[in-house]
Amino acid sequence: MAENARDDNMSCPSGFVFSNDFTSYRFRDDHPFNQMRVILAKELLEAAGALHEQHFIQPRIATEQELALAHSPTYIEAVKKASQGRLSEEDGLEYGIGTEDTPMFKGMHEASSLLVGGTLAAIDAVMEGEVEHALNLGGGLHHGFERKASGFCIYNDGAVGIKYLREKYDVKVLYVDTDAHHGDGVQWAFYDDPNVCTFSIHETGRYLFPGTGNVNERGLKEGYGYSFNLPIDAFTEDDSFLHLYESAFREIVDYFQPDVIVTQNGADAHFLDPLTHLCSTMKIFERIPKLAHELAHQYCNGKWIALGGGGYDIWRVVPRAWAQIWKVMNDDVAFEGPLPEEWLRKWSKESPVSLPNDWHDPEDSYKPIPRKSEITEKNAQVLEKALQLIPNHKRMNGSF
Amino acid sequence: MLVEECMKTEVITLHPDATIETALKLLHKHHIRHIPIVDDDNKVIGIVSDRDVRDASPSIFENDSQPEELQNAISSIMTSPVTTVHPLDFVEEVASIFYEQEIACVPVTRNNVLVGIITEKDMLYTLIQLTGTHVQSSQIEVKVINKPGILPQVTQVFGKRKVNISSVLIYPYKPDPNYKIIVVRIQTMNPLPTIDDLKEAGYEVLWPKMPGMTT
Repeated sequence: MAENARDDNMSCPSGFVFSNDFTSYRFRDDHPFNQMRVILAKELLEAAGALHEQHFIQPRIATEQELALAHSPTYIEAVKKASQGRLSEEDGLEYGIGTEDTPMFKGMHEASSLLVGGTLAAIDAVMEGEVEHALNLGGGLHHGFERKASGFCIYNDGAVGIKYLREKYDVKVLYVDTDAHHGDGVQWAFYDDPNVCTFSIHETGRYLFPGTGNVNERGLKEGYGYSFNLPIDAFTEDDSFLHLYESAFREIVDYFQPDVIVTQNGADAHFLDPLTHLCSTMKIFERIPKLAHELAHQYCNGKWIALGGGGYDIWRVVPRAWAQIWKVMNDDVAFEGPLPEEWLRKWSKESPVSLPNDWHDPEDSYKPIPRKSEITEKNAQVLEKALQLIPNHKRMNGSF
Repeated sequence: MLVEECMKTEVITLHPDATIETALKLLHKHHIRHIPIVDDDNKVIGIVSDRDVRDASPSIFENDSQPEELQNAISSIMTSPVTTVHPLDFVEEVASIFYEQEIACVPVTRNNVLVGIITEKDMLYTLIQLTGTHVQSSQIEVKVINKPGILPQVTQVFGKRKVNISSVLIYPYKPDPNYKIIVVRIQTMNPLPTIDDLKEAGYEVLWPKMPGMTT
């Protein structure tokens, strides 16, 4: 397709949303969700000479009115109370606050509002034409529900952001979620909306949280046919993952014809991630943004907002994976070779595990998966089922 | 779980004198597959399925727009007597009835009077609730020795953390009848601390298995 439409020297004006205060979103010292990842990724990019002063966009704090686009006022009130330590344990449970996954912490309302505001700032920068693409690694909290915190997420910046895009700019939005967990919060928020198409590829929910994201979750009423799910088997590797992601993304974007693409770039499908059972390597984290970039230019005049998401090996996986999004966003070429020494020197002292030396993972990083062909075949079936309602599916499929 | 907790109480019924045509229209209109036939006192005297009605209808290849067959009374094709259940029966019993009699619907009666209906679909919905897959959760499978007292011991480990259990199922362990598999769905995205607790307490966790890493 348009693989070669853009030359190698292209350079897209892009914005990097960042604040040191992103780390104020911290549940507990031993909690797996750690926004230190964003700082590690940012410093990696600076050390690699790819991120400079002029790229930064300051996140703002989302207003309560903006939060209310996707959250109920009573829930926002409860979070604000918890933020000041005034919510009882019992009252919190109704809203999913104070659980093992989303414990209460001082200032949680402000910290969460900043992450949402970061996504809104990224959206405005792209929609007002200041930049072509924007990246908010502090966002992508896709498990937040209208009136419930869950899966490490309090406010759902993706859902708020997409509602904001609908209200303020009246555009059709394609949401693409490559986190290893199902993007349930965003899916349900737009389940009956034909102007927002959600597409999530994730490890099957048979064992993994949240358990949803089945192929047959296709949307409701007017929104039927605008929700796509690819639940892939545990231990899925690069080739199968990418085959599904690429085929589905190309068909869905062509079918839906969006005005803007929002991607959620969880980095937890890697074989080192402690919470999931997928077996991908850094290869997918180069290819994921590359395709999003290509299709955003082909279908949306470049309008692309990328968000962070999950990712629980914050030392060896997330910084590299997220740095690649920014690199590809800017010049369409992924980093390769050794990691910058300066970054390694600084952070190897802090890291509890030994840091990788290269942008890529070595060939034999993990033990061969015995059921590989079975998994590949099963995933291909999932792809077929997920796309079967697209009118031109058969024709498109033949062209690959 | 009791039948009265999962049955539907709004039931579409017909009088035995109604025509087959009326039944056909009702089945289409309400997207249902069974109609209990009741007398004047709302007592169940028969039941018809969509297949009974179709069997009694002319072939779609015939062009007769007013087929006579459809004017026959529904009582002429209904199944009688009818297997019914009581609101206080267990859903497990209904499942056995469906399986053994190869049917997909039973009327629910109290003092012989119709009070509800339970279909295969209601049954499956209940099953989904029982497995807990409809709420956000992670699944953990623990292989345990099949002996009294093992379940409270295992669940005690889960109780150590503020993690809500959404369902517990116990499966037989086929290769060895001395063991069982306890399947627990917990409402957390991070089952690792619980898995560690279980392993520390000496239990064998079958899943989630960690991918084969070299490090």
